[in-house]
Amino acid sequence: MDERRSPLNRTAFGSRILQGGSIILWMLPLFFLLLFYFYPLGKISLLAFLQSQQTAGTPILEAIRSNYFLRVIGFTFGQALLSTILTLAAGLPAAYIFARYQFRGKTFLRSLTGIPFVLPTLVVAAAFNALLGTRGWLNIFLMSALGLTHPVFSLTNSLGAILIAHVFYNLTIVIRLVGDYWSRLDSRLPQVARVLGATSWQAFWKVTFPLLRPAFLAAALLVMIFDFTSFGVILVLGGPRFATLEVEIYYQATGLLNMPMAMALSLIQLCCTLAMTILYSRLSARVAQPLNLKPALQNQRKILHPHERMVAFLIITALIAFQVLPLFGLMLRSITHAGLERGQTISTIPSLSLAYYRELFINRRASLFYIPPSRAIVVSLSYALTTVILSILLGLPAAWLLSQHQRSRRMIHKVARFVEPILMLPLGTSAVTMGLGLLVAFDRPPLDLRASPILVPLAHTLVAFPFVVRSLLPAWRSIRPQLHRAAAVLGANNLQTILRVDLPLIGRAVAVAAVFAFSISLGEFGATALLARPEFPTIPIAIYRYLSQPGEMNYGQALALSVILMLVTAFGMIAIERLRVGEIGEF
Amino acid sequence: MSAGLTVQNLQKRYASQIVLQDITFTVQPGEIQALLGASGCGKSTTLAIIAGLEEADGGDILWDGVSLKNTAPHLRRFGLMFQDLALFPHLNVYENIAFGLRYQNLTPQQIKERVAQVIELVNLSGMEKRDVNALSGGEQQRVALARALAPQPRLLMLDEPLASLDRTLKERLIVELKEILRQTHQTVIYVTHDQEEAFMIADQIVLMNQGKIEQIDTPHQIYTQPKTPYVAKFLGMNNLFEGEIQVLGGQSWLLFPFGKIPYATKIRGKVVALIRPQAAVFGDSNGLKISGKILKRFFRGDHCQMEIETTAGSLTFQFPSQLDLPKEGAAVQLTIHPNAIQVFPYP
Repeated sequence: MDERRSPLNRTAFGSRILQGGSIILWMLPLFFLLLFYFYPLGKISLLAFLQSQQTAGTPILEAIRSNYFLRVIGFTFGQALLSTILTLAAGLPAAYIFARYQFRGKTFLRSLTGIPFVLPTLVVAAAFNALLGTRGWLNIFLMSALGLTHPVFSLTNSLGAILIAHVFYNLTIVIRLVGDYWSRLDSRLPQVARVLGATSWQAFWKVTFPLLRPAFLAAALLVMIFDFTSFGVILVLGGPRFATLEVEIYYQATGLLNMPMAMALSLIQLCCTLAMTILYSRLSARVAQPLNLKPALQNQRKILHPHERMVAFLIITALIAFQVLPLFGLMLRSITHAGLERGQTISTIPSLSLAYYRELFINRRASLFYIPPSRAIVVSLSYALTTVILSILLGLPAAWLLSQHQRSRRMIHKVARFVEPILMLPLGTSAVTMGLGLLVAFDRPPLDLRASPILVPLAHTLVAFPFVVRSLLPAWRSIRPQLHRAAAVLGANNLQTILRVDLPLIGRAVAVAAVFAFSISLGEFGATALLARPEFPTIPIAIYRYLSQPGEMNYGQALALSVILMLVTAFGMIAIERLRVGEIGEF
Repeated sequence: MSAGLTVQNLQKRYASQIVLQDITFTVQPGEIQALLGASGCGKSTTLAIIAGLEEADGGDILWDGVSLKNTAPHLRRFGLMFQDLALFPHLNVYENIAFGLRYQNLTPQQIKERVAQVIELVNLSGMEKRDVNALSGGEQQRVALARALAPQPRLLMLDEPLASLDRTLKERLIVELKEILRQTHQTVIYVTHDQEEAFMIADQIVLMNQGKIEQIDTPHQIYTQPKTPYVAKFLGMNNLFEGEIQVLGGQSWLLFPFGKIPYATKIRGKVVALIRPQAAVFGDSNGLKISGKILKRFFRGDHCQMEIETTAGSLTFQFPSQLDLPKEGAAVQLTIHPNAIQVFPYP
């Protein structure tokens, strides 16, 4: 059906306009990437290769020949794969509940699950430490309950901690991507299977799961690449025993100042993620079905039967416990004075206090460089808004271009297939590398941006761009050619069709993409650390400053700021989700 | 113990809204039963409960006298075909049809044979490998029917199977469908809102209204002897008037806006009287005489429909088209045969 040509809007004149318009449209994101992504990366690689002093041979060969780096690569893959499998397994039941049922507090719960995703890695690490670490709540509770003087267990510095944090982080990707797609999958298809003799389990595996596959793979890929390039979690929760490629790049670049090796590792990382992306495109092209997606409301109903209620209750409870407990622990810890100053032992009865919050606004050192956290919040919000606007403006034409290769066999088809991995490339590039690249590339006229505050949202847009495109793409693809023909018959030209048919249809996806861009910008740390001007710190930068200073008070202030970031982010997400429902409804 | 399907006192409510109330009927083996009613009358909910996809709040579903209350949908051996077909978009024609056979203990060879058999039955030979999304509406319909028939269900339920098709295709397919269902001696529940469809295909019709059954009868009986004013109205008979049955001198009389006529019935008191649309003839003859003016005239092919304004209210009648009929605005004299008047107890 998708390959059928429409005789109506394929007149020579129309197609020339279409091509002319589309070339300008998809040149925009390409040009952006060329200038702010490929040029900086090219420059940094060039510099790295030219200034190679530490190594005798090519850094790439050296990296591949080394057992140590091979082990690092293996571990990076292994932990990413494990994390992804765990995230999918945990996310599917939740996605099911969100997709098929209506219940009170659903919107709120959905927003809640989005919070972990946007938290800076350091905050997540701190939150899990505050819950499961040697001085975490669980240990405090067990110690006082059992009358022990030593912590019962430590989950930090272990693979388990890394995996749990990764699942905690990325669960929302599965819930949103798979859940949204699932909610629009005809709920009667599995019913037909049931009547035809399949058990509910068989109906899921034979009908629902194959139909979910595009969304499932999209989610799996996102989670995998995210875990593959994970940095803060591994650094803080994994401890020195566990180094991934990203951590190793960081060590090489900042610790050992071995830029050529950092670049070589970046290149290896880039190749791996590019391979994953290409594999994904192949798979998704093969499994994509022209589905008759339906408005979600048609597929959803209230939770009626006792056994459904029970299953839903268990899943929702587990979800809340898993997604909220660490955050709750963090919040509680930020208002708990544990009495750990100056090497004191842990007090068994911590007292509640707002001292950490009060301290945020006091400049004890009367320092001129002191930036009030309120400034950081304003800076973060304006960066985030700029990022949303930039990435949506660039993401819409990019996603449209990519959606075209299912529609026609023309030149644009080949362009789209060729361009897709290129547009997705920033996904596999570490934020630190991108930040460094921007700094190195725009250091002299005509484009001296080092002092410009635009550099940070530019980096954020680069980071957010693939997520935005990924969120928009399934929606563009779901727009059926018949709608375009219908619009053409009704007298709309191509631009009008896009404005009046396509855009309202993908409004929901735009909202989702905006949430992603907003959240990513608010929580981004790696690139920001390199690019932020001292007078314009973002919230994560401020948190990092406090965390890197010793003492319980600084730790507490970091937690307090984390809580503030958490609240600001949650507020933004809820606002956007409300806007989404109010403006365009379910479909 | 009765053979076939027994639906017993089904009750269902969503929140405070009653969806089904005391739904009771049986379907004999080999019988085609139509569930007829306007949209929202509870037909599809009844189907979903019979299929086991929804639970009733009360009542029971029995097959050959055995309750299916604790039988999961996939173990009921029923077939179901939806209005928009719900073909599996990721499977081709063959795989869609073979889907249900994979859950019966059949060898691959047996599955192949059965699919071939059904494909031939629904006239889809040669299309096994086709993508279901690329088929025409009629072809998709056949695939859905074949998929439902393949596992040889004890009961086949068709939920508005032809509703999305155009009229000519619909009429052709309904003939074919009936032929196929007869050939296979299939026991069928056919849900539709279209009386003509129900009349054409069903042995018996269950006519539903707002979650309740109004009448269960053969198509002929339903049409000639509607049991309630609702049934009459649903079938397009709109000449309904309030009246009264009085007994005068040992004889019962119908008093209604068009006069007083002798009317033999056991009903007494307030009634609703129906004048059947084919009841009138032009001119003066034996029966109830009515004079009026032709308000509107619609040519309907085999008949001509006229709206006639009288002092007692407006009436709609059908006349054979071959007659030389008066124009709009003409004053006319009509006679109505008393046999064509039917009374219902006032609801």
